[in-house]
Amino acid sequence: MEIYATLIAILESGLRLCVPLVYACLAGLWSERSGVVDIGLEGKMLVAAFASAAAAGATNSALIGLGAGIIASIGFALIHGFAAISQRGNQIVSGVAINMLAAGLTALVGNAWYAQGGRTPPLEGDARFQPLIWPGADAIDHIPIIGPIYAHLISGHSALAYCALVATIASAFVLRRTRFGLRIRAVGENPAAVDTAGVSVTRLRYSAVIIAGILCGFAGSYLALGQAAGFLTNMTAGKGFIALAALIFAKWRAWPAMWACFLFGLLDAIAIRLQGVIVPAIGQIPVQAIQALPYLMTVILLAGFIGKAIPPKASGLPYIKGR
Amino acid sequence: MPRLTHTMAGHAPAITLSDIDKRFGEVRANKNVNLTVASCSVHGIVGENGAGKSTLMSILYGFYEADRGTIHIHGREVRIRSPKEAIAVGIGMVHQHFMLVEPLSVIDNVMLGAEGGALIAKGEAQMRAALAKLAEVYGLVIDPDAIVGDLPVGLQQRVEILKALVRGADILILDEPTAVLTPDEAEQLFVLLRTLAAQGKTVILITHKLNEIMAVTDHVSVMRRGEMVATLETAKTSPAQLADQMVGRHVLLDVTKGPAKLGPLRLSVEHLVIRDAHASLRVKDISFQLRAGEILGLAGVAGNGQSEVLEALAGIITPTLGRIMLDGQDLLTLAPTPAERREQGVLHIPEDRQRMGLVPAFSAAESMILGFQSDDAFGTGPLLSTAAIKAHTAREMDLYDIRPRDASLKTAKFSGGNQQKIVLAREIEHYPKVLLVGQPTRGVDVGAIEFIHKRLIALRDAGVAILLVSVELDEIMSLSDRIIVMCGGVITGERTPETTNDRDLGLLMAGVTERAA
Repeated sequence: MEIYATLIAILESGLRLCVPLVYACLAGLWSERSGVVDIGLEGKMLVAAFASAAAAGATNSALIGLGAGIIASIGFALIHGFAAISQRGNQIVSGVAINMLAAGLTALVGNAWYAQGGRTPPLEGDARFQPLIWPGADAIDHIPIIGPIYAHLISGHSALAYCALVATIASAFVLRRTRFGLRIRAVGENPAAVDTAGVSVTRLRYSAVIIAGILCGFAGSYLALGQAAGFLTNMTAGKGFIALAALIFAKWRAWPAMWACFLFGLLDAIAIRLQGVIVPAIGQIPVQAIQALPYLMTVILLAGFIGKAIPPKASGLPYIKGR
Repeated sequence: MPRLTHTMAGHAPAITLSDIDKRFGEVRANKNVNLTVASCSVHGIVGENGAGKSTLMSILYGFYEADRGTIHIHGREVRIRSPKEAIAVGIGMVHQHFMLVEPLSVIDNVMLGAEGGALIAKGEAQMRAALAKLAEVYGLVIDPDAIVGDLPVGLQQRVEILKALVRGADILILDEPTAVLTPDEAEQLFVLLRTLAAQGKTVILITHKLNEIMAVTDHVSVMRRGEMVATLETAKTSPAQLADQMVGRHVLLDVTKGPAKLGPLRLSVEHLVIRDAHASLRVKDISFQLRAGEILGLAGVAGNGQSEVLEALAGIITPTLGRIMLDGQDLLTLAPTPAERREQGVLHIPEDRQRMGLVPAFSAAESMILGFQSDDAFGTGPLLSTAAIKAHTAREMDLYDIRPRDASLKTAKFSGGNQQKIVLAREIEHYPKVLLVGQPTRGVDVGAIEFIHKRLIALRDAGVAILLVSVELDEIMSLSDRIIVMCGGVITGERTPETTNDRDLGLLMAGVTERAA
């Protein structure tokens, strides 16, 4: 039973770790499906994490923190949108700029406001999203097999984790079944077709970029108010890029995106679990090697284990009207 | 084909454009253009590239707004500021480059922009019904669930037409619709256009192929340098008259050339076999010879091995088997690379000039010396002499009438005909022994075609051996001294222009080798 308990613990940890990835990956999905490449996921998450931690600390309300995180993230998304859509700039350059700006700005402002080396004061109580314990979770925890699944995998996560599932369902539905989704899918492949059909390319792409901003706002807020208790310098630690890898892995589709993120979350959980473990014949695996595992896996998966991943044809290309 | 010329007394014309004027910076693309299109008719608009046809149609479809002038649709004055407003007044457009989303299904493409509600399920059901009705009325049958990218070009065009029709278009603009179609598909399209007109739609056909105008239109308008120079009844005009109107001077559609003065054997191709990168057999054991002072036409439907032959001769691809002899020497061992081939005097005007013949981002002067950049005339050692290159380019531009005469202008900014002239000037002026020419007049204006043809004849008379690969039968027939036809990687026949006709060549191109009556 000990192996089972370990398995449940790894899965539980994987679930927690995949939440920000799911949000960020869906953000990338919306943006790229509309034809705007977004490598600024990382930066948007980071400003959202900082803004949410600062606001939640000031008001002692996690919800206000979330709102502040979303607003900050949308602000950065609009900068990217202005550069990429209105000014037809290079989307990679704009994304890199957003990441650098976010990393520098959060550390600078954090240090200026709180003088704690860039971190915000620790949050507790209502300023954080606490785990939601489902009815009867404690009572049936001891029932073999089913008990731990209910108590640890289904129950006991923060509201934002459940929202990630809702966001996946909603993204899949809207893209597949609605007018807006059809137009987004079309505008990422051939904006001229959308334009000649009498629909504004600019408006569609801004909508998608703003949706990406909202989702990154959730991702960052989860990091600062759910997973940790406050903002830490560079706390996103490359999650925005892992999310992009998951997006390619999922071939720009919502449900596979969620599963890909879960896989990466699980890898992360396993890596944490393996730290300090002594493996027969090898000895103790160096921490650095274990920490590299998810990234190594990303490279291997992307290098050829997923078949052909074709991005939306117009992604990365500014739309220039006329001929 | 029945010709339904409606005079429509008492009926307002479908379209009346009055004094349309449009300026792009320095260029006045449309100058006081007037156009009247009768309803229920097929109206052709011809003109050279840059004559302002596309601008005029873009104004009608709301891409641009005219600086001045008015538009009346069925007698009512309208303002069209966006494609949406054009669709609203009943104008539909089939673009030259299809406005389709390839990974989406036919029904998704047709619905896009006219989904009929926030959720697509209901609108989709209505669209399916509408498509079924159009299939019944016009015979436009299509599988609504097929993925557009998987469809052949002819059916993709059908999707474009359906997109316009389901939105209730009663005026349909088609921009160069046959450029991508096979002759058979083009014929089907013309039947459809006549049917549409007979059922009360108005069709505007933009093209530069005069035989299409003659085959399908009721009226034809000619544009030249932004002006509408004439509107004629098709039955009362001729291709020659239209060509003269387009160019503004007398154009010789037929090439005049004297008999070939055959020189010694230049190029001998022996048992050539070519496999492509996927190891499939593209050219299956062909042999032919080319003498100095003759033009050998290589005809065939695109994709039957002619391109591979051309590239093998130019040294771009290496044949699997066989020999290529120039003046008795084996070129495959003597000069295996394109650069060495060029040093031997085998020069190449590639089929796709944008991709292989030019660097669109380079200036005209830089494009003019591509492949000859090491010539002593253009610099010393590793250094290029800008002055020498510009002077050379200026000379060539005068000689070949390349417009505008601006050596520093980006190659991409020149029209198709002028780009082709740059390639032509570059290759011809380096004294070829053998000139390999692929599709010399693809996308080139009537006036420039005449020039290019004359130039090739002059070169032949000067003793150059020319291999001409073209999918245009007219071009093959009028330029060649001998014609070989390829189908499926083999030579299906050899003819001379005097002993053959279009039908005979068409059969050979289709692989029917028995002599046609």
